[in-house]
Amino acid sequence: MNQLKVAILGSGNIGTDLLIKVTRSPYLQCNVFIGRNLASPGIMKARSLNVQTSADGIAYIVQHPACCEIVFDATSATAHQEHAPILKTLNKFVIDLTPAKIGILCVPVVNITDCLKQMNINMITCGGQAAVPIAHALAMTHHEIDYIETISNIASRSAGRATRLNIDEYIHTTEAALKSFTGAKITKAILNLNPAQPCIHMQTTVFAKVKNPQIEKLRHAVGAIAEQIQRYVPGYAIIVPPMIENDRIVVMVRVKGLGDYLPEYAGNLDIINCAALALAEAYAKTKLHPPQKEKAHEICFAQ
Amino acid sequence: MKSVLLSDPTLRDGNHAVSHLLTTEQIAAYCQAIDQTGMPIVEIGHGNGLGASSLQLGLSKTADFTALKVARDHLKKSKLGVHVIPGFATIEKNLKPAIDLGIDVVRVASHCSEADITEQHIKYARTAGKIVYGVLMMSHMVSPAVLVEEAIKMQSYGAEGIIFMDSAGHYLPEDITKRVTMLVQSLSISVGFHAHNNLGMAIANSIAAVAAGANMLDGCARGFGAGAGNAQLEVLVGVLKRMGYETGIDFYKLLDAADLAESAIIKEMPTISSASIVSGLSGVFSGFMKPVLRISKEFNVDSRDVFFELGKRKIVAGQEDIIIEVAHNLAKRNQTDIK
Repeated sequence: MNQLKVAILGSGNIGTDLLIKVTRSPYLQCNVFIGRNLASPGIMKARSLNVQTSADGIAYIVQHPACCEIVFDATSATAHQEHAPILKTLNKFVIDLTPAKIGILCVPVVNITDCLKQMNINMITCGGQAAVPIAHALAMTHHEIDYIETISNIASRSAGRATRLNIDEYIHTTEAALKSFTGAKITKAILNLNPAQPCIHMQTTVFAKVKNPQIEKLRHAVGAIAEQIQRYVPGYAIIVPPMIENDRIVVMVRVKGLGDYLPEYAGNLDIINCAALALAEAYAKTKLHPPQKEKAHEICFAQ
Repeated sequence: MKSVLLSDPTLRDGNHAVSHLLTTEQIAAYCQAIDQTGMPIVEIGHGNGLGASSLQLGLSKTADFTALKVARDHLKKSKLGVHVIPGFATIEKNLKPAIDLGIDVVRVASHCSEADITEQHIKYARTAGKIVYGVLMMSHMVSPAVLVEEAIKMQSYGAEGIIFMDSAGHYLPEDITKRVTMLVQSLSISVGFHAHNNLGMAIANSIAAVAAGANMLDGCARGFGAGAGNAQLEVLVGVLKRMGYETGIDFYKLLDAADLAESAIIKEMPTISSASIVSGLSGVFSGFMKPVLRISKEFNVDSRDVFFELGKRKIVAGQEDIIIEVAHNLAKRNQTDIK
């Protein structure tokens, strides 16, 4: 079957995990995996998978513009600022996994259709992918949200150098996403790194303040959206269903990863990469003509 | 004579003890009193520092900006300091506005093993010309060797001193001696220590720190701080004086400031409650005290079980949401046991 060619920029934890996911996709083919250091663990992994590698960064795509139609950017927010205009000139479909927030903010379960009309799509943050669907369920069941906050707790081992250097951008981008998807008056994001061994699974909590909490309605909405997310992030689970504690709404989710590059605890890598993959596959299908007739939402969330 | 540089986080760590509800009047009154004593550094803010006002940790009654402005107006001689934890505070939203407002000292903190998230913030504050210290919290959770490695990272980013915190009040004096000795040997900058009193060791541990070569200490009026409280500042200064250390503090005026804190700020005198002992032994962050007690009551579970479970899961400062999950699971388990 025909596959759409993709390039992955960035050979850190995110890029390498994404590579493994792409190699499984029936719709995508990773044509080149690009880092900066040929001896990095990510590049080594790509070689072991017989994927072509380069240490030339964005210059590789500039010199070989036919190498791909989709570019995943898994470098850093600062680097993506530089990459975005170049990739625009080259007319690539760009899926940005850094918190650079240049393009439309994307959470597949909420707005994949809008995102497919754009050429630069931002995948927000791992915490954003986990929390925005809950926030969306809250917005669907409540007229006005006064305040919404999300806390993500991730294993230290799963946070690479770029994640750590971009910790401020992580917060700003997650807060901006909560605001744009819900219209909440005030939003706040917090990130905790926990070094415990064995590593902790990624967990995300959403707290909110609303005028008249509709907990039963919210439980249904959260349950329904979680089921939809599980189609592209199998390890997404609600561990504390919506309840009121100390005058605040609380919902907690845990994300168990697929264990592709880092072990299962790294749900943070998994959720943002599964979301990016779902988007890339949906785009690929629009380009490749789907092999058989499928319903719209199945196109979006097929594995 | 050997001298010790004191920092007073009464109006920062003490905020934990009143669920972050310190008022502008209280901040003004204490700043005025402590400024008279010659206290070198006074720290202000939410218990978890700039940008930490949240549903996760408790909303501040007095916004960061307001609190800092009031403190700035009342501190003439003492330097005004802030605590900054990347992951809560960002440069753009919190640190830059505080620097623009005229703070003097920035203490950039991370969990003891995560120093590399402080790089941007330390460099930014240094470039802005501020005095910058690196703070390693919950330091009992790593080996002395790892603590040294993380301290060296902060030094390389530009920190002018490293303060390690006994955030859970878990240490004994011999633990302090070992860590300070290694830090002093490995660093070219000052070493400081911040004590908590869960096991009654705050003063003893602080003394062990200076004896081993630390030259910065934290203390709070009447020990006003998270959980069982901190090293009691006026006791600390008295003991240091008796041991022959120079602090530059006017002792009578310090006693007056502590009396004022007791009458105007402290609702409940810090005490080593049963829960504090469990918290210290289980190695859980002292700031968890109030939320653990409240949530345990709501879910009808034993707060001691909650503390030990949090300790077992090696939960760090900032992960207060996990208290709800732990209490929720314990309540479910109890229900199953009854059935």
